[in-house]
Amino acid sequence: MEKITTHSGIGVPLRQSNVDTDQIIPAVYLKRITRTGFEDALFAGWRKDSSFILNQEPFSQGSVLVAGPDFGTGSSREHAVWALKDYGFKAVLSSRFADIFRGNSGKQGLVAAQVAQSDIELIWKEIENHPGTEVTVDLAARTVTCGSIIAPFEIDDYTRWRLMEGLDDIGLTLQHEEEVTAFENERPAFKPTTLPARFS
Amino acid sequence: MAAHQAAQTLAEKVWNAHVVRKGEGVGAARQPDLIYIDLHLLHEVTSPQAFEGLRLAGRKLRRVDLTIATEDHNTPTLDIDKPIADLTSRTQIETLRKNCAEFGVRLHSLGDKEQGIVHVVGPQLGLTQPGMTVVCGDSHTSTHGAFGALAFGIGTSEVEHVMATQSLSLKPFKTMAINVEGTLKPGVSAKDIILAVIAKIGTGGGQGYVLEYRGSAIRSLSMDARMTICNMSIEAGARAGMIAPDATTYEYINGRPHAPQGADWDAAVAEWDTLATDDGATFDAEVFLDADDLEPFVTWGTNPGQGISLSGVVPAPEDFDDENARAACERALTYMDLKAGTPMKEIRVDTVFLGSCTNSRMEDLRAAAAIVQGQVKDPNIRMMVVPGSARVRLEAEAEGLDKIFLEFGAEWRFAGCSMCLGMNPDQLAEGERCASTSNRNFEGRQGKGGRTHLVSPQVAAATAIRGTLSSPSDLVDSSSDAKVA
Repeated sequence: MEKITTHSGIGVPLRQSNVDTDQIIPAVYLKRITRTGFEDALFAGWRKDSSFILNQEPFSQGSVLVAGPDFGTGSSREHAVWALKDYGFKAVLSSRFADIFRGNSGKQGLVAAQVAQSDIELIWKEIENHPGTEVTVDLAARTVTCGSIIAPFEIDDYTRWRLMEGLDDIGLTLQHEEEVTAFENERPAFKPTTLPARFS
Repeated sequence: MAAHQAAQTLAEKVWNAHVVRKGEGVGAARQPDLIYIDLHLLHEVTSPQAFEGLRLAGRKLRRVDLTIATEDHNTPTLDIDKPIADLTSRTQIETLRKNCAEFGVRLHSLGDKEQGIVHVVGPQLGLTQPGMTVVCGDSHTSTHGAFGALAFGIGTSEVEHVMATQSLSLKPFKTMAINVEGTLKPGVSAKDIILAVIAKIGTGGGQGYVLEYRGSAIRSLSMDARMTICNMSIEAGARAGMIAPDATTYEYINGRPHAPQGADWDAAVAEWDTLATDDGATFDAEVFLDADDLEPFVTWGTNPGQGISLSGVVPAPEDFDDENARAACERALTYMDLKAGTPMKEIRVDTVFLGSCTNSRMEDLRAAAAIVQGQVKDPNIRMMVVPGSARVRLEAEAEGLDKIFLEFGAEWRFAGCSMCLGMNPDQLAEGERCASTSNRNFEGRQGKGGRTHLVSPQVAAATAIRGTLSSPSDLVDSSSDAKVA
């Protein structure tokens, strides 16, 4: 995973709450077996509407999505994060993220920055009144900057550390493989196994 | 989480029993715990990139004996003996087959009698048991919490992590008690309970929490009904929902193919008996719901929190104080093509879908069949009945439920996720309106431009008869009216 400390890019206002992962990437695009190439699938339903924000310049060039509360609800599809990243987004700002989406973002190097709704409103105004304004997400300082607005954001320490170091989760866990084996050896015998398969 | 000697909740007990390595630090600086995973369920949609990741890194799948796969999201529900017509769907299914063969994973393919929706298959094989940790690359993994397991959906990176390490790095959850006391009225079901809970706490209310459903109304529910409730925990924003195991749970598991046997059964039950939340344990949040007052519940909007009693009317944006909720209501009314103030029962639908991991088990099919038996379907309605698994389909046929549905004029399909998310050919057409027993009414979820009202199996059945959103009690009223006339 690429290291991220700070990112600046055009802010895209998405004035909507409850943007579920079915909207971020409709199910029809989930049939692919690759991990990349999902840029065409991002918000595919909404992008058919010419007034949608990503169909407007300069927002189509944006890389910081500024969304309403409860972003990424619904399906666990990590494809939602892949699609955002493939399109060019590096960060999403929202006052509330769905748990699974937040977790998936952290695994894939997309910054899910939790910003107070009052600050989101200020940033929306700024980037709508001055399209093309850059938003800077500073992981080290844990701040979002946009014009004269400087707002703090929340992200858990462990995710922040992993993003800044660009660390692979599996590699980290495998450093403790002996502990996994020790735990495994103590598991109760009655716990089920899928193999050998038993049938009724 | 609380220390071992302190009073603990069900969720805390299961969590603490699975800590391989405790995260250091406190508060925000607290590192995640490494949690052992007892059962990993796979399906074709969220696994291909994880298998590929393992392959590229030269890693093995650590515990194939704690892993099982089935085909569900893409599978057709008609002509299952023919090659899958959609080439990308076929490729995805074939990829799962190749991956399972290469890594040695047990797979139940289309046509196999154990195939079906992953969350129906696990419990019916007896693989889902109390006190376990269960994960799957699917948000409705919360279903398995009905057994007192800690079960939650994960993304594909985590699927790969579990494949490689049989564990996950997780921050401890907070706990929320959902207390439901009282007795449900006839025609009111588990689906109405969970839709009412979601409307009450909102789609974000459960974020960061494990929900524990408690109280007399929950205790009196069957396992099928408990699965319906836990299934939709994610629609309230919670990754997991749980119900303490009891005699109902044990009776369901006992005798299933992978249930513990002999001395193992006794040891298991002794362990399971210790799982219930201790008296004096505290939850981080509590919610109360009265089952006595509950009526059939339906959604009017485009997220599962936008629900109301079936006897109510479509709300207006002005009914909401919060600016975001107002905007969401306005947008939803436009998408759903509904006018504020319209009685819910006057809304005419085109399609009725009975199925999905929420409501496709025997109890769901029986409840709907009992209502449609001997009745005439509204001629303008298409009704699809999609059993949750091939085994459910066989059991239903053994009871003659298929004949009841077919005589009524419904379609009797093969098992899969089907119209819940329309990855297979079962989709709504643009503008079509559906009363659906599934779990998500998002824009375009069941087909581009399709409109979804989430309902219980009972409401689905009554709606198929009357053509408008209806409860079973409306049928009694209309037949007695007819007698008077």
